[in-house]
Amino acid sequence: MLNIALPKGRLGEKVYDIFEKSGYECPAIHEKNRKLLFENPEKGICYFWVKPSDVAIYVERGAADIGVAGKDILLEYEPEVYELLDLGMGKCMMAEAAENGYRDQPDRTLKVATKFENIARNYYASIGRDIDIIHLNGSIELAPLLGLSDVIVDIVETGTTLKENNLSVNAKIVDISARLIANKASYEFKKERINAIRDDIGAYLEGQKA
Amino acid sequence: MALRIHESNNPEWIGEEMYIDESVLKNEEKITFMLRALYQKSGYVRYKMSKFEEYDFYAANRDFLVSDNIISFTDTNGRLMALKPDVTLSIVRGSTDTPGSVSKVYYDENVYRVSRSSHGFKEIMQAGIECIGDLHTEDVAEVLLLAAKSLDVISPESVLTVSHQAVLSELFEECGLSSEDRKQALKYIGEKNLHELGAMLAARGISGETLQKVRTVLSISGPAEESISALKAAGCGEKAVSELEQAAKVLAGEGFADRMVVDFSVVNDMSYYNGIVFKGYVRGIPSGVLSGGQYDKLMAKMGRKARAVGFAVYMDLLERFELDTGRWQQTAEKEREDA
Repeated sequence: MLNIALPKGRLGEKVYDIFEKSGYECPAIHEKNRKLLFENPEKGICYFWVKPSDVAIYVERGAADIGVAGKDILLEYEPEVYELLDLGMGKCMMAEAAENGYRDQPDRTLKVATKFENIARNYYASIGRDIDIIHLNGSIELAPLLGLSDVIVDIVETGTTLKENNLSVNAKIVDISARLIANKASYEFKKERINAIRDDIGAYLEGQKA
Repeated sequence: MALRIHESNNPEWIGEEMYIDESVLKNEEKITFMLRALYQKSGYVRYKMSKFEEYDFYAANRDFLVSDNIISFTDTNGRLMALKPDVTLSIVRGSTDTPGSVSKVYYDENVYRVSRSSHGFKEIMQAGIECIGDLHTEDVAEVLLLAAKSLDVISPESVLTVSHQAVLSELFEECGLSSEDRKQALKYIGEKNLHELGAMLAARGISGETLQKVRTVLSISGPAEESISALKAAGCGEKAVSELEQAAKVLAGEGFADRMVVDFSVVNDMSYYNGIVFKGYVRGIPSGVLSGGQYDKLMAKMGRKARAVGFAVYMDLLERFELDTGRWQQTAEKEREDA
């Protein structure tokens, strides 16, 4: 049995759709009930939905053999997993944003509000900027408006939230998309199956592109 | 059921038998006993080290350590001391360069490291071997065999994934990567992240045959024999490939042919490790339980002429593992009959 952790929500549903179309369907998922685990014994696979930021934990600790997680989560928590494929879905970017007309003053410590502490720390270290991190769990966009921070580091999808709040992107930090990840030990013992899933999904995505 | 423990230095397993009720032993303890017997039988001598060392010693070799954090304290004479975060460094320091000789030691010790999940210090029980001196390819192969045997003690469902740093350095050389790029590339290789590695190489203007070769070599992850022919076909450095080949031969000779997997995602810091590096996995344990490699560069950094290879088994991961000790009994009985 191969355990597959999928992120709850819209992206997860799209991801399951791809698994299904690549030949790893699990009809139980479409049944209306309160089950948490969805098995297809015929295909030897078992799906479950978890909070998107938890997928990497399930996979790293072996509760799931493979899973789908956003690159943001992988960069933030740096789990010990293999990253086998870029699904090219849920595309967005990690960016630094600030109020329109904001001008950086390099002579003082930059106050950065973010949910992604590790990513922000690494980014500013790479450009040699001294920062003060303000860790927030949501509504990051509010911080510069209230003077809590100079800039924010956050995921930017369409940029609508930024625009409506008089904010704009200063710099792109990294591109984000959903990735297929695998537990390192599981990979050794279930290599054929995991590689087959990677290749089948890869082939399906290629076919979609064409 | 009783676990037999032989109190004898005789490698032939003859002598007084001591019976211990198995249920009083923890998993890690049982495996420690088995590993000690295995290493002793293979000609390794036990190395006992002190719990503390001078802090400066570890600080000077900080990059070699798994984690940056070291528990330090002031000794009664005012010197800054550290609780051992690593065993290898101490053993290297305690060894001598004697041309033509090889010193073989094994240990089981506690080390103190920061656990990534709890962000606090953790005591980790490790067992392992170090083989230091005038090493030949056979010595490295023998260490690899002992690694496979150590995994086998834990479970027959185990795999030793083996990489060779020289193959990677050769690829980096061919691609003309800067040291900064190499670090990033190594990270991608460790994640089997070929899509981002490919994009990075393409951005550096690497294409065509070279890129294809990188892809071919890094996609290798399979039984030793077929992987080695794939490496030869890809035109990888002869010396590295022949070292892998020899190791595979030694393992196959002892019936461990199917346990060795060639896989370049086993990466260790290239400024310390140079030759063969490896990692061991056991079905049912979510992370690698064994890790090791050849670290001639560490030796050179410490001003030593000798070469060295070794590995460690992480006992703390075995706490909840279901051991099949009946299998040990059968092996022991079979060995006795053979004798």
